[in-house]
Amino acid sequence: MPLLEVKDLTVRVEDNEILHGLSLTVNKGEVHAIMGPNGSGKSTLSHVIAGKPDYEVTGGEILFNGEDLLEMDPDERAAKGVFLAFQYPVEIPGVATMTFLRTALNAQRKARGESELLTPAFLKKAYEVADRLNVPRDMLKRGVNVGFSGGEKKRNEILQMALFEPSLCILDEMDSGLDIDALRVAADGVNALRSPDRAMVVITHYQRLLNYVVPDFVHVMSKGRVVKSGGKELALELEASGYTQFEDAA
Amino acid sequence: MPAVQETVERVRRIDVDQYRYGFETLIESDKAPKGLSEDTVAFISAKKSEPAWMLEWRLEAYRRWLTMTEPKWARVNYPKIDYQDLYYYSAPKPKKQVTSLDEIDPEILKTYEKLGIPLREVEVLEGVVRKDGEDAPVERRIAVDAVFDSVSVATTFKEELKKAGVIFMPISEAIREHPELVKKYLGSVVPTSDNFFATLNSAVFSDGSFVYVPPGVRCPMELSTYFRINERNTGQFERTLIIADKGSYVSYLEGCTAPQRDENQLHAAVVELVALDDAEIKYSTVQNWYPGNSEGLGGIYNFVTKRGDCRGKNSKISWTQVETGSAITWKYPSCILRGDNSRGEFYSIAISNGFQQVDSGTKMLHLGKNTTSRIISKGIAAGRSQNTYRGLVTAHRKATGARNFTACDSLLIGDKCGAHTVPYVEAKNSSALFEHEATTSKISEDVLFYCTQRGLSQEEAVGLVVNGFVKDVLQQLPMEFAVEAQKLISISLEGSVG
Ligand SMILES: Nc1ncnc2c1ncn2[C@@H]1O[C@H](COP(=O)(O)OP(=O)(O)OP(=O)(O)O)[C@@H](O)[C@H]1O
Ligand SMILES: [Mg+2]
Repeated sequence: MPLLEVKDLTVRVEDNEILHGLSLTVNKGEVHAIMGPNGSGKSTLSHVIAGKPDYEVTGGEILFNGEDLLEMDPDERAAKGVFLAFQYPVEIPGVATMTFLRTALNAQRKARGESELLTPAFLKKAYEVADRLNVPRDMLKRGVNVGFSGGEKKRNEILQMALFEPSLCILDEMDSGLDIDALRVAADGVNALRSPDRAMVVITHYQRLLNYVVPDFVHVMSKGRVVKSGGKELALELEASGYTQFEDAA
Repeated sequence: MPAVQETVERVRRIDVDQYRYGFETLIESDKAPKGLSEDTVAFISAKKSEPAWMLEWRLEAYRRWLTMTEPKWARVNYPKIDYQDLYYYSAPKPKKQVTSLDEIDPEILKTYEKLGIPLREVEVLEGVVRKDGEDAPVERRIAVDAVFDSVSVATTFKEELKKAGVIFMPISEAIREHPELVKKYLGSVVPTSDNFFATLNSAVFSDGSFVYVPPGVRCPMELSTYFRINERNTGQFERTLIIADKGSYVSYLEGCTAPQRDENQLHAAVVELVALDDAEIKYSTVQNWYPGNSEGLGGIYNFVTKRGDCRGKNSKISWTQVETGSAITWKYPSCILRGDNSRGEFYSIAISNGFQQVDSGTKMLHLGKNTTSRIISKGIAAGRSQNTYRGLVTAHRKATGARNFTACDSLLIGDKCGAHTVPYVEAKNSSALFEHEATTSKISEDVLFYCTQRGLSQEEAVGLVVNGFVKDVLQQLPMEFAVEAQKLISISLEGSVG
């Protein structure tokens, strides 16, 4: 059974149809890259999979391990292993990152019927992950993303992903705003999470990221549809010739 | 954050109509006749075995009250109160003199237990079992002067406070035992003529706390009083007077919760603080009176006059409040900055949900030279509630170098509630420097989605965001109150989303 199956999905936002019958199948162990011009609906797809309320699904379905994902609240999806690293992570003033991470992790564990992680065990785990990803421990004491640079926000997303160990990781432009070194560290973090039980969907505009996180499949999105799928060489092709060749296909 | 989680779970178990603290204790009571008259005032005074001067003081207030009209300027609406349809005094029947908590009516102790107030635990851990000569435990210690209904039924730590020279007792007792102090200070901050509700309180106050800290003494423990309304139709008129003599320090905590009932209940308290030269008073409140049911019926009317007088030079008074309860809150803890270099602080979290109406804020009156004040107000409105911050900062002509900083933030949850900010500023000399910042924000959908994507429920997400929003103020509370307050905040926002 595929981990994620998006079938003929149509989605509206405020009377505009943004996804027009999109399909995508992701199996465990695979890494999929989604590329496509601005406004083609990449973030919309990731939001709908994660359960953002503003979107109206008018057709199609999304199955996760065979279960109807669209029936679940966002927190249920998270507990089942859906993780979205946001293109634009929000700031939460006054809430220490550490507190946020612990509350979230324990909420997920609880929903899965697992025991809560007590503070010492949690701290050990959080510091271990932070050190591995070159995230200064001090950053964990600050308010969630408050005053973080663009790159720090992205690193904080990867850190959460590594901490929660989800089975489906959707990374929406994790490379934007990262400098070369940070990109390498973040990509190493992502690669370390690659496993036969887990799948990744990596949304990016740049081939460069895919040199570090090498995908099994590349999909090109245009105007709310997947217009072409292929292997990792498709990304190189795009880099050379751009999206115009697909505009007509859409 | 375990505290938040625990709270959210607790919230799930109760709904608005099953107010957790809504139970009544079956204690025979001893009531004044219904209605207000000179006879009622005399009855109360007699019940308290008051000296003649005190009765005179009350009667004078009563006569003045007859000439006054209820203030209408606050942004609150409520049906007309029939002052003749209320009881003005009730007390549990005194059993006998108590020397330890064991002798207290078990019904009362059970009540506190249900409220989660560890009176017994406090006594056991900190009072009775400790033998002479043993060191005091390192944890923070709290003395509880429990006001049950209108009469104080238990006073702990009396001995230790006595050793330090601190007087901490029900005000009814202080009137008899320390008449010179009471005569000198009672009504000296909030005069009997001050306002409609304060004047009413002066006529009929039933009990409250009295604290006197002698010169140079740092009060050895936090002082804490829990108030509780228990009789149907009984107005609660609590009166508190705290005096910090030169160079002394005291921290006083007040918390309360009330049982559910159908009729509205009037609560008009007066708190007076006096800080002499170099003295400091820290007064903290967690207020959780019954807010009314999900239709907006019932709930406490809370008309409070709290004022501190920084009478001496270099004195400091700091108010911290967490207001989550009451159907109506009308409350402006204020500071008169009379002494040169004196300082006033006001830290407030006011939360309204359901049909609650809050009109609260502070007054900082700068009279002395180089006086400073700081106001941090966090208003959170949810449901169909209305939440108003009303503040006044003034500098007298002679208050050169006066400084104030005000930051007033409002957070809206949902779109049927309202937050309002009404700041008045008046500087009568050009050297005064007043700064004012205000923000109003909504809990953003993007933030809620971010939190829920990470596994938090909507309710947990709101609790987390709100606790972050109020963090600056929560930090001002003593530890044990901060935890309690954090729980209250989440409980009171129950049902505000989804
Ligand atoms: N809430 C909304 N209201 C109206 N239109 C929206 C809303 N959200 C997204 N859209 C529109 O949907 C389209 C797809 O947006 P989306 O963010 O999914 O694109 P994207 O492929 O992620 O683009 P980018 O590469 O710039 O991140 C855009 O035209 C956008 O304006
Ligand atoms: Mg996008």
